[in-house]
Amino acid sequence: MTFSPELIAQSIITGIMIGGVFALISVGLSLIWGVMRIINFAHGEFLMVAMYIAYFLVARGGWDPYATLLVTTPALFLLGALIFRGTIRPILGHPSMNQIMLTVGLSLILQNLALVFFKADVLTTRTEYTRMILSIGPVIIRVPQLIAFIGSALTAFLLYWYLQRTDTGRAIRAAAQNKQAATLMGVDVQRIYLLAFGIGSATLGVAASLMISFYYTSPTVGLFFGLIAYVVVVLGGLGNFLGTLVAGLIIGLTESVGAAILPGSLSRVLTFALFILVLLFRPQGLFGGKRA
Amino acid sequence: MLDVQQVSVHYGAFQALHEVSLQVPAGKVVSLVGANGAGKTTLINTISGLLKPSGGAIFFEGQDLTRLSGHQVAGLGLAQIPEGRKIFPEMTVYENLLMGGYSAQARKLRSQTLEEVYTLFPRLRDRHKQLARTLSGGEQQMLVIGRALMMRPKLMMFDEPSLGLAPLMVKAVFEVVVQLKARGMTILLVEQNVRQSLRVADYAYVLESGQIVLEGESRAVLENEHTRRAFLGL
Repeated sequence: MTFSPELIAQSIITGIMIGGVFALISVGLSLIWGVMRIINFAHGEFLMVAMYIAYFLVARGGWDPYATLLVTTPALFLLGALIFRGTIRPILGHPSMNQIMLTVGLSLILQNLALVFFKADVLTTRTEYTRMILSIGPVIIRVPQLIAFIGSALTAFLLYWYLQRTDTGRAIRAAAQNKQAATLMGVDVQRIYLLAFGIGSATLGVAASLMISFYYTSPTVGLFFGLIAYVVVVLGGLGNFLGTLVAGLIIGLTESVGAAILPGSLSRVLTFALFILVLLFRPQGLFGGKRA
Repeated sequence: MLDVQQVSVHYGAFQALHEVSLQVPAGKVVSLVGANGAGKTTLINTISGLLKPSGGAIFFEGQDLTRLSGHQVAGLGLAQIPEGRKIFPEMTVYENLLMGGYSAQARKLRSQTLEEVYTLFPRLRDRHKQLARTLSGGEQQMLVIGRALMMRPKLMMFDEPSLGLAPLMVKAVFEVVVQLKARGMTILLVEQNVRQSLRVADYAYVLESGQIVLEGESRAVLENEHTRRAFLGL
């Protein structure tokens, strides 16, 4: 078999674009894990909720897809904060099996609620951006993907800056590294947990608005992105912010280049083969685990 | 300044403290000594609001602490230097110190306090960009003390500050306590190192199995027959 260099170049470009979005979806999961040692198995379903919000604003409300950010981001912050307060906070510090049961249960509830309210239809939007392309030689860049990539990079940078440079961001990292010491400094750790869970969820609101121009919505759309996020977070090293960003790009490239050179949906096999290899040979992730 | 009144603490069915009463007057160094497991850390964590007492009351400058949570107690200017050097390992020395100045009142004077801490511990200034986990044990202890000073505390509670340090560092830690005392800081010093801590303290309490068995001027406690036998091996 031979592959044209154009095809490879095209799949690398697409992979980087999608990888940026994967990275954004994963940093929230990584942040929540890093701060309170909870894996939110409903992370993908939170994204699904955000995508429905974005979809209805665009398809029914006639909103510009990127303007939906103003709704999806605070809505997801609120959703995360409420779910944290109501269900996750009471089981912090409980055996991890209980926590897994709870968040898996949440994901099933959200999926089925979506089925009840929105049916199993696959919904797509058609916006003025959907068909825009840029051609660089033989390589085509789809404008909505480019915007999604840039938007994801900006959001991840903003979040990184917030965690590194602001007092509240430092308090989030301090609570992650030593809860007791943070309390002794006057940090209200419970409030920080709520905030971290809200922020980790709000990133999904951003991601949904960035993707709505070129990605479909359905009750099970969260399954795919949830799985991708777990793979990315483990690959990057649990709780390692920068590692997660790099891992997002790696998985984006694996998916995209894999799809170009392998038949059918074998690229997914490639992604999970990579995941299993990492678990076997470098369980701490490519860049090592960290506490936020 | 600090008034602990008949405080009891339970861990489930086990009673760790039995009606412990203790006072720390402003400007004084009070030492709390006792063997491992006597309940010293339990008492200090109860004062800090990390544990809830099952009985009794704790007053700080006349305010009842028993209903406050840990971060609220810290906000009142009550700093604990916890046992085992609880630094923020993945933060730089500078960021660790900034965290000390997190509460609202401390934040206003943060850059000024930072200068004072760097003057007291020049090593921290030299290493301010280093990750805290790369410091030596003694340097980490200095960092934890510096971080507590960043809170601009009214009362500092040291929990076993010399534990696990090399003899030279132990000496340095006690010198810091003496320096802080000279500046008028109020200090509650919890130590297993009975001889050293009674030497710097004005007043001392001896805790055994969760009860205060002896209290008095440091010199008197140091010369007491019971203390000598129980802690000094004399």
